[in-house]
Amino acid sequence: MFVQFTTWDIVRNLLEAGRWTLALSLIAFVLGGLVGLAILFARISKNRLLQALTKGYIEVFQGTPLLMQLFIVFFGLSLLGVDVSPWIAAAVGLTLFTSAYLAEIWRGCVESVPRGQWEASASLALSYTQQMRYVVLPQALRIAIAPTVGFSVQVVKGTAVTSIIGFAELTKTGSMLANATFQPFLVFGLVAAGYFILCYPLSLYAKSLERKFHVAR
Amino acid sequence: MSLVKITGLHKHFGANHVLKGIDLEVAQGDVVALIGRSGSGKSTLLRTINGLETIDKGELVVDGAALHDGKGDLRALRQKVGMVFQQFNLFPHLTAGQNVMLAPTVVKSTSKREAEDIAKEMLLKVGLSDKFNSFPDQLSGGQQQRVAIARALAMKPKVLLCDEITSALDPELVNEVLAVVRQLASEGMTLIMVTHEMRFARDVGNKLIFMHQGRIHESGDPKTVFAAPQTPELAGFIGAVQEA
Ligand SMILES: Nc1ncnc2c1ncn2[C@@H]1O[C@H](COP(=O)(O)OP(=O)(O)O)[C@@H](O)[C@H]1O
Ligand SMILES: [Mg+2]
Repeated sequence: MFVQFTTWDIVRNLLEAGRWTLALSLIAFVLGGLVGLAILFARISKNRLLQALTKGYIEVFQGTPLLMQLFIVFFGLSLLGVDVSPWIAAAVGLTLFTSAYLAEIWRGCVESVPRGQWEASASLALSYTQQMRYVVLPQALRIAIAPTVGFSVQVVKGTAVTSIIGFAELTKTGSMLANATFQPFLVFGLVAAGYFILCYPLSLYAKSLERKFHVAR
Repeated sequence: MSLVKITGLHKHFGANHVLKGIDLEVAQGDVVALIGRSGSGKSTLLRTINGLETIDKGELVVDGAALHDGKGDLRALRQKVGMVFQQFNLFPHLTAGQNVMLAPTVVKSTSKREAEDIAKEMLLKVGLSDKFNSFPDQLSGGQQQRVAIARALAMKPKVLLCDEITSALDPELVNEVLAVVRQLASEGMTLIMVTHEMRFARDVGNKLIFMHQGRIHESGDPKTVFAAPQTPELAGFIGAVQEA
């Protein structure tokens, strides 16, 4: 490893690794959103068992560090004899993490739809599913957009933790480059800038959505 | 035969015994005015009639749809019973027309075109045929309440329940809503309404019910009852309302 790294080499390597950060974020967000939707429906269903199970699921993921969740997925699955690559473990771990948080955010949105909406639709003889589909979810969705976009920032930053199980995303690649170049300040500065470039537009967007929503109310 | 028949109805909220054995019969075309002090159980009684509150004990039958001790087909009952709320409760993400069309399309599987015709007819009835495409937040309180009435009527209910439907309105908007109710009454619609508009209750109603501490304390023809209340509680209530 006695290669001389120019700054451009560092940037190029980081950009390549950044693509993995981006891919992992997208996968975790999309799959986490789908799983989160299923969790949401179970959480707000009238079935006590489903409610309790999903409440527990959400509490476990909100009450433990993401790092532990990744360790458990990564080492737990290999204990079960399933050989998982860091990439799969990272995707699965972050998906579960995201699903728990999104389900909880969305539950709050569903519950913020006023009771009068449920009563009016019930008095019109709509079934529970019809109330959800035509009255409650469309309103909850509008409320949910801003906090959901806001949470996507947490997902992007959360991907950094996957470096510890050896997944070569932005942070992991940054550590390797820092060791090889003896320029940790420069390298990690660039890594931080990379996260900022990904996250800042999302935060701005979430803020503008929030403002729009408050005006519209 | 009565359209609505309530027998021995009891309702508790926890330890609070709110309805203590209500017996009530309402005939087709009756216009019933429910009056009484705040907390006497008027809203709760009204809400049990379309199943928004469960019944602990007793029987409720509306045009053949029955609940015994709280058990029965709620959705069948609700198709016979429309309800208008104090706070309008229009669906804010839908236009006035869509508010009216929703239940016929999804509950009765009416075709979209037919539902649209029904919605236009109902909005015309409440004097809002030009507001089909307006969203609730573009309408005044009185207009919103009239859309809510149109929405309930679109399901062709046998009886319409109104819970203080003018109480949330600015005074100058009360009359446009009362005019619609008056019109419905004259067309023979069966109405049960909780109201603080005593003059309206007397002029439009043909049956007055005074509730007191969870019971029907006094009832009869509005003009007679107002002229000569039989119980000190009703006399006191009428006096208090007139002073206010
Ligand atoms: N959802 C509820 N939970 C608990 N208590 C309630 C509920 N709704 C009404 N009550 C109680 O029932 C009683 C009757 O209320 P209500 O029917 O609203 O009276 P009214 O409409 O005549 O003012 C009151 O004591 C009220 O506090
Ligand atoms: Mg009331």
